[in-house]
Amino acid sequence: MLIDFLYELRAKKVPVSTHEWLALMEAMALGLHESSLDGFYHLCRTICVKDIALYDAYDEAFLAYFKDVHVSSLELTKQLQEWMLDPKMLEQLTAEQREMLKDLDLEGLRKKFEERLKQQKERHDGGNRWIGTGGTSPFGTNGRNPTGMRVGGGGGRSAMAVAGERLFKEYRKDIVLDVRQIDVALRNLRRLGREGAVEELDMDETIEQTGRNAGELEVVFRPPRRNRVKVLLLMDVGGSMDPHAELVSRMFTAASRSGRFAKFRSYYFHNCVYNSVYEDAAFRKPVQVADLLATSDRDEKLVVLGDALMHPAELLDPGGSMYLYSQNRASGIEWLRRLGHHFRSSAWLNPEPERFWSGTTIEVIASAIPMWPLTLDGLNHAVKYLVRGGEKPRVGDPSKWVKGISGY
Amino acid sequence: MEVVEYFDQFKGTETYIASEELKHAVNVAVALGRPLLLRGEPGTGKTLLAENLARALEMPLVRWHVKSTTKARDGLYIYDTVARLYDSRFGGDVNDIAKYIKLGPLGEALSAPSRVVLLIDEIDKADIEFPNDLLHELDAMRFKIDETGREVVAKERPVVVITSNNEKELPDAFLRRCVFHYIQFPDRELMAEIVKVHHPDITDRVLDNALEMFFSLRSTPKLRKKPSTSELIDWILALKKAGIDLAKVGHGIPFLGTLLKTEADVELVQKRAKA
Repeated sequence: MLIDFLYELRAKKVPVSTHEWLALMEAMALGLHESSLDGFYHLCRTICVKDIALYDAYDEAFLAYFKDVHVSSLELTKQLQEWMLDPKMLEQLTAEQREMLKDLDLEGLRKKFEERLKQQKERHDGGNRWIGTGGTSPFGTNGRNPTGMRVGGGGGRSAMAVAGERLFKEYRKDIVLDVRQIDVALRNLRRLGREGAVEELDMDETIEQTGRNAGELEVVFRPPRRNRVKVLLLMDVGGSMDPHAELVSRMFTAASRSGRFAKFRSYYFHNCVYNSVYEDAAFRKPVQVADLLATSDRDEKLVVLGDALMHPAELLDPGGSMYLYSQNRASGIEWLRRLGHHFRSSAWLNPEPERFWSGTTIEVIASAIPMWPLTLDGLNHAVKYLVRGGEKPRVGDPSKWVKGISGY
Repeated sequence: MEVVEYFDQFKGTETYIASEELKHAVNVAVALGRPLLLRGEPGTGKTLLAENLARALEMPLVRWHVKSTTKARDGLYIYDTVARLYDSRFGGDVNDIAKYIKLGPLGEALSAPSRVVLLIDEIDKADIEFPNDLLHELDAMRFKIDETGREVVAKERPVVVITSNNEKELPDAFLRRCVFHYIQFPDRELMAEIVKVHHPDITDRVLDNALEMFFSLRSTPKLRKKPSTSELIDWILALKKAGIDLAKVGHGIPFLGTLLKTEADVELVQKRAKA
């Protein structure tokens, strides 16, 4: 039965709820699927799938479940006929129609269709006998007959063909969208202040002023509260970050929502920050870090996303950049320290699991910029630190294995 | 069963060409009495659909344009305290609070004497909790005005059309209650039909040329904002007014500014045309 299709969908990670499934059943009972597989394809997608990113998974599930039906689509139609014979529907039909329903098996229907096609000489709209449009005859298109046959028109291509094309593949994200979770964590990253146009009634002040005015009404307005936090986001992309690309994009999606922060800027870097960061992930539009620091308020919150994993020389030596054409005079760690010093509060979020941190460049970088793992917990701690300050997390002791690190 | 009556009522209108899938989605939403959530690229006619749906169903249209500052309660009603305060100052009768209650768009749609189409435009512009705050009212189609104790109950469930530009994720609980449709950018055939509706006197040759240029422009890689349907229609109007024959234009696209809206895009296209 169809219930298996529900589980097929859920197995393909399309989050269909009971709520939606019941709505689909209700819709089918009303005949909204037009007794056809095509109709069902669109109906089910309209009701159960709410994100274009999931359309491809839906197509997959549809193909998997209905592939046998494709060969002989009659089986489903039969199932649907059983639906149609539901007594609730019958109540509305006249005795005549009921009689008709009984003898409408598909074989007979097809035969009748052929017969009638022979007799019919012209276009026919409305009515209940001829092949045409908008009538209650069992044959035709855009009409209403519970067990009729659809003849051309309408949908155009069959659902199986549409599903088979998998048109929505490129929209697929294949991630359990946790943007909302990050969203909720980021909501705490705020410092509210009253700024901008005065548009909110200040009740307390109005009463106060009216009292001073000896009862003469004095209405006082004030600006609504807005988030004043400014955020600078730096993201490591490419190379060892590839496995974490999705997590980073989720974080970016949540952080960049319009109106979340008073000011939000984001830049990309590869491996480690040297002289410049980039406006685009393809590293075509460089921005000098020195310029960036000059135009950044010290109150801005610096958030870095990266795995902080590299060869020690890339971090510690001048000229350690992987790119020959951008030789850096100051070492990577020097640049990171400059960033860490410039901003009053900064946080590094690392998607690498904490157990792999020890004995790597991660420890060195964590000594320059306070670091937390990019988990919900780590994110919450980082946000708390950015807003209220407090203890920096202690991450290992790099001086044990890198000379010249102690003292930072 | 009377709902079935509404099925297949929407077939597009003279000035609005809808794809089969879209018509089907609209009819399902109307028949089930659930909000229809429309998403898609800007300029694919999401807002226009609501207007034309209202016309096709011969129902009044109530619009609610959501802004970043809109709160869910604003849609139901606004209690104008300031007006009441001012009135009290001049000794007017301020005992009747109902005088100072103004219904918002949702409130208006629910209290309407007949079935209406309610358009909630660009719901993703508001705060992320905004859709959740509307769940109960959209489900039950009723609400209470706390200040007066009056309860507003819809006589007939309004047909609700909600549009979103994908700027934000919408909450799951909200999505579960909606019927969803993603309006895809029209293909060439459908686009030809749409243009013909707006420019009935256009010849096939001109239309072909225009569409050719339009779709090749859209396929330019790295365009920041791809031109949309409404821009194509404006562009053709501009060509017509200026009496320009596209077949005779050599290189470059005339009136590029009607199609592309950012400097970077215009530069990009001009550079490619020269190359």
